[in-house]
Amino acid sequence: MTNNIYQFFFIYLYSIITLFLLAVIGDFVSISIFLSKNIFIYKNIFLYCFLYAVCFFAIRIIITNQVSNIFIFIISLALSYFFLINKEINAYQILIIISVFIAFNLLLQKYFTAKNFSNYLFEVSFLKFLKTNSLIFFSFIIIFPFYLMFVSSLKSQMVLLQNPTDLSIPFFYSISDFFSSYIAVITQYNFLNFALNSTIVSFVTVFVSLFFSIPGAYAVARLRFAGRSKISSSILIIYMVPAIVLVIPLYVIFSQLGFRNSLFSLMIVYPATTIPVALYMLQGYFKGIPYELEESALIDGCSRIGVILRITLPLSVPAILSVSLYVFMIAWNEFLFAFMFLDNQEYFTIPRGLYTQLDDQEVPRQYLMAGSVMITVPVLLLFFIFERYLVGGLTAGSVKG
Amino acid sequence: MFNLNKEAKLAYTMLIPTISIVFLIILFPIFGNFWLSFKEVKLGDLRAPQPIIKEKLKTKDIEPGDDILIEYRFKNSSQKKPIFNIEITDKISEFISPIEIAEGCSVNNNLLSCYFEEWKPKYNEKIIFKFKANDNFEIDNFNPKESKPRGVADADNILTNLKFSLKNFQKILQKNETIENIKVTFLYSFFATIGALLLGISAALLLEKNFLGKGFFRGLFLFPFVSPVIAVAFTWVYILDPFKGFLNNYLLNNEFISEPIFFLGLKKVDFLGFDFPFTLFIVILFESWRYFPLAFLFILARLQAIPKDLYEASDIDGATRIQQFFYITLPQLLGVISLLFILRFIWNFNKFEDIFLLTGGNAGTRTLTVQVYDEAFALSNMGTASSVAVLIFILLAIFVFIHQKIAPKDIEE
Repeated sequence: MTNNIYQFFFIYLYSIITLFLLAVIGDFVSISIFLSKNIFIYKNIFLYCFLYAVCFFAIRIIITNQVSNIFIFIISLALSYFFLINKEINAYQILIIISVFIAFNLLLQKYFTAKNFSNYLFEVSFLKFLKTNSLIFFSFIIIFPFYLMFVSSLKSQMVLLQNPTDLSIPFFYSISDFFSSYIAVITQYNFLNFALNSTIVSFVTVFVSLFFSIPGAYAVARLRFAGRSKISSSILIIYMVPAIVLVIPLYVIFSQLGFRNSLFSLMIVYPATTIPVALYMLQGYFKGIPYELEESALIDGCSRIGVILRITLPLSVPAILSVSLYVFMIAWNEFLFAFMFLDNQEYFTIPRGLYTQLDDQEVPRQYLMAGSVMITVPVLLLFFIFERYLVGGLTAGSVKG
Repeated sequence: MFNLNKEAKLAYTMLIPTISIVFLIILFPIFGNFWLSFKEVKLGDLRAPQPIIKEKLKTKDIEPGDDILIEYRFKNSSQKKPIFNIEITDKISEFISPIEIAEGCSVNNNLLSCYFEEWKPKYNEKIIFKFKANDNFEIDNFNPKESKPRGVADADNILTNLKFSLKNFQKILQKNETIENIKVTFLYSFFATIGALLLGISAALLLEKNFLGKGFFRGLFLFPFVSPVIAVAFTWVYILDPFKGFLNNYLLNNEFISEPIFFLGLKKVDFLGFDFPFTLFIVILFESWRYFPLAFLFILARLQAIPKDLYEASDIDGATRIQQFFYITLPQLLGVISLLFILRFIWNFNKFEDIFLLTGGNAGTRTLTVQVYDEAFALSNMGTASSVAVLIFILLAIFVFIHQKIAPKDIEE
């Protein structure tokens, strides 16, 4: 008997939590797809899940120990009908509920029909439940802000103000209306100029960082010299120096030298802040290349420089790629130095431009979101294309096997 | 086997460029920061005082032989400091010759040069120079503004002189705000780190086993981290907006709340009898959301390196999953977690943009880094700003020291 009470309690709890999670998500999805203003009646979930659990156990105890999906389907449908005639639910919600309960049944049935609901079974069922729900939860909290950013950028001012909870993509707009915010941001706010500045600065940063860090990393990884261990241990310490400590003196120095308000100032500062990371990542990779390869080349009479150019570099293309990507992202996303150093609009990078031009209560929100989409898309695209390298690079040398 | 000396020499040549740029842009500014923190420098002091000279033609319709009046205006750009040894040069037209010029000035080869010993602060004077138009004077080719007068002077530069004072530190330590900010910074760094680690561990455990779509989820989970901070911060600000935002409107429509919540503008909320820093909590949630991917990535890599036979052996012994997690997985992860904790803590401690973009440091979220910005640009005081930065640096040095002491050596390598 206690066995059944436990099982009943857990199936009730699981289904409430899952349904709550899916109700929120399903609601958002329904707002997006059906433009539905029907909102889920959250308070019904408790009752709904209770009835579901009762029916489940009634079937399991009275009729058969194996609760088949058909039963579940019928239970859900019957319950839904009951709510439907009271106008407290709509078709898509029924769909969600049925699919949740069936998925539930597939995943967890064997634990809730077991004669002996032991600790072990409870644990396994709990973990399974937790895993599925967490995966949904994580995906949701990550996708939702990006989706909202994208959707808001497509809306007109009026729609945004009238119905801020509208998540649908306005497919019925004409093409020019669809992208009107983007066009406005590009034409009225000089966005292309910002993008050009950002691109130039980021590429220069990547090249300069690589140019400095490749020889440095090779020296630290391969060559024997006094002070080697000191250098390799101080690399990461430098990476921990806060930017805010650098920004005031650099502001003063660059102001005195007269090139503070220029792209050049960023092209000096960005590589300096990324070189330690780049060096750290590269030396970790260089150390992993079998030394025998280089040694045999050296014995055959190749010079060190020759070894680096002919053996080490070609072997480390993936590492160099990942370092480049990482550095590019840092430079592209960087806000603090650009914010402090740049005064003239013509030198603004995208983050700086977005902050000054669009983060203003008078500027319509959809412009801000369109700008945000345009700064995010290149990064995410690059990231998706080269994801494997980036992930490898981030972890290489940081965590040993 | 190889010539060690030669190898070391090559290593140094390869390292020198890197070391020098790091020295110039990282170490030198740190020193500069300490230097500035002992000086009472205002934002306005960054421009050194200098002489300003303007010339103006006072005579019209000049014929050869006429007198020409040119007015020179001499000004000290600084309101507070004198300038010394002012030397002024100006090229004057070849068609005119001087009759009456100010004391201390002379004309040589069409070059007017003046020397003054000292201009007091706020010095501003107009002096009329009298010239005579030569016989070969051509009005069309005469333009006194053709060449700009140049002036050089010595001034006491507050940035480079050797006067130091402790007033900045006194000032910031006397502010009640500073102590409050230190507290906020610690709370924020600590809980944002914990949040990111917890989310990171959970996410890593979710993707530990291989399943269909694992690569997709791994990519997806990294989104918040790789996206530009400005875009995600703006999006969250927009979602949390009390009136136009999605979240408040959604909650209102569903009658969860009766009036909008100011997510990013509520300093304290009474929670079970004590003041709960609500906005700080929201900011901490944002930070956890944004930085969990890094923890996730590192922990996932470590997870996959745990030998599988440990689990198999414990399975045979009848260990449950939760026991396996606490007795096998967690101890194996401890190294990377402690490393991540220290790193993340330090990075959160240094963070400026996130809080600045979310709240601007309002509603009880002013961390030390935001204070640096406010001192420097809202209060225009570079001196106190640097002294706050020094405070950050000292606190950080302590953390780094601790990190060096306790970080497991095999990971630190």
